[in-house]
Amino acid sequence: MIESSNFDMRVKFGHKQFDSPVFTASGCAGSGKELSQFFSLTELGAVVTKSIALKPRSGRATPRMAETPSGMLNSIGLQGPGIDQFLEDDIPWLVKNQARVIVSISGETVDDYASLARRLRVVPGLSGIEVNISCPNVENRGLVFACDPVASREVIEAVRRNIGGELPIIAKLSPDVTDIVQIAGEVIAAGADGLALINTLLGMVIDIDKQRPKLAGKTGGLSGPAIRPVAVRAIYQVHAAFKNTPILGMGGVTSGKDALEMIFAGASAVSIGTANFGNPTAAMKVKKEIRELLIERGFNSISGAVGVAHNE
Amino acid sequence: MTSINKKAQQRSVEIISNKKVGAYHHIVFAVGDMATFAKPGNFVAISVGGSNSSMILRRAFAIYRSSDRGQYGGTIELVVAPHGQGSKWLTGLQIHDHVDMVGPLGVSFGIPTEPVNALLVGGGYGSAPLFGLAEVLKERGCRVDMILGASVAGKIYAPLEGKRSVNSLTVTTEDGSTGSKGKVTDVMPELIKKHNSEIVYSCGPMPMLAAVDNLAEQFGLMHQCAVEESMACGIGVCMTCVLPVKDEHGVIKMTRSCIDGPVMDGSRVVWNSNRQIPEGTWGA
Repeated sequence: MIESSNFDMRVKFGHKQFDSPVFTASGCAGSGKELSQFFSLTELGAVVTKSIALKPRSGRATPRMAETPSGMLNSIGLQGPGIDQFLEDDIPWLVKNQARVIVSISGETVDDYASLARRLRVVPGLSGIEVNISCPNVENRGLVFACDPVASREVIEAVRRNIGGELPIIAKLSPDVTDIVQIAGEVIAAGADGLALINTLLGMVIDIDKQRPKLAGKTGGLSGPAIRPVAVRAIYQVHAAFKNTPILGMGGVTSGKDALEMIFAGASAVSIGTANFGNPTAAMKVKKEIRELLIERGFNSISGAVGVAHNE
Repeated sequence: MTSINKKAQQRSVEIISNKKVGAYHHIVFAVGDMATFAKPGNFVAISVGGSNSSMILRRAFAIYRSSDRGQYGGTIELVVAPHGQGSKWLTGLQIHDHVDMVGPLGVSFGIPTEPVNALLVGGGYGSAPLFGLAEVLKERGCRVDMILGASVAGKIYAPLEGKRSVNSLTVTTEDGSTGSKGKVTDVMPELIKKHNSEIVYSCGPMPMLAAVDNLAEQFGLMHQCAVEESMACGIGVCMTCVLPVKDEHGVIKMTRSCIDGPVMDGSRVVWNSNRQIPEGTWGA
């Protein structure tokens, strides 16, 4: 008889094993401290940190946010303290509080990513690196590495060279491409151990009173339940092509049902992003519901449920 | 950097009263011990629209009053302006309906240790948290003078029980429909001189806070203001409610109003940024 006590929740990215299939999505969990007011971070597979850059970033001007039907548009612009202060403040706190940590990194050049990887290689207590090559909130859309197969490959190769073999690399891809399977193939060939699917979609809201874009940055990234079918599709396509590469699924996961769609499409785990904004305990709700729903359906592990939607 | 309010909790709370007052709704929630920890200036974040709602973000509301004892146990009271989809949903709820509330959140108003002459300035429903503040200041032996302003009479929120906690109340409306015609800052200098005000507290729209800060600076007064930036989460994780604020070393940083505010030292806020990232901002 499978019940919560013997249901196997473990998932694996590269050499690292995680005890829960529910992670927090980059840029959606603050420094970790804020959510720890509501639940223990040790209940998560890992905290995926905000995407950190070499230098401090002020982020974009306000308004940075517009609510949309079942979603939101954000244009934060990767506000953050830069790697030095991040390693001084954020990481030690997370490690001390026994949270598993995947550091998300973001750069403007291939060299930026290489430098960040070198810095992180020697940091104790990390469980992985998420390489964010797909943030839509950059001034120059040409900088969205994940829209270009060659640039995607170069970034991941640079990170792989500099991070060594121990920490798993998870490449975060953009759905705003014609063929996400091609990009996935490039980053896997370059040494990515896993894929984070998907980042936000580029969108815009116009304020009809001001007759101007509502966001100061004009465009923003669309997230929330509105984009979930796009995420499920991307996960399904990529899993069909690369069965052995674990996928961290994200894009509007709010409930266990949502997570199951992604797991059945091929995700090994899910990240909670925008749902944290509406419900600080969303990750715990999703975790509990995943287990209940999978047990109801006769599964005894997460891994046994991954990609079952592909079965003939 | 400040941390999230250590007393913040999430719970399902029951509406025990919902009354229309002028342009606003006065709503009372039975919140248990959340009320014990709520201080003037704190806010709550409420999820709106019900479980199948397409509105996925929490709405933040300044706490009007809180009480930790009474017929319903601890209560928190809000004054809500039904101007958006979410606040319209909330004001349309009935007694005994439940909502998911997170609170108390944010930094509260600092209360002087010695009795001082305090001037409280509120705009529109921004007056709501000032009445709770007035009560606390009165208990500390402060003189409390209040100015409330709005565009029209119906948008002044000044309940009878609130008026008891102030020494004087001056009302301004832009159309002159009640009180003196004009803005709160038109009457502020005279009142500062008349009552020998030593500290200014304010709450209301950002342009009003900027003008109040300008006067506070001219008179050399401390100014604590509760800023109003739109929030998506209220708990410090979304990074949308930021504004440029100088830190203790004078470095301008894009600072979260939900965690490092909403109450801020007015002299630290960069008021004239015109919604740009000011030059010299850290990381710009």
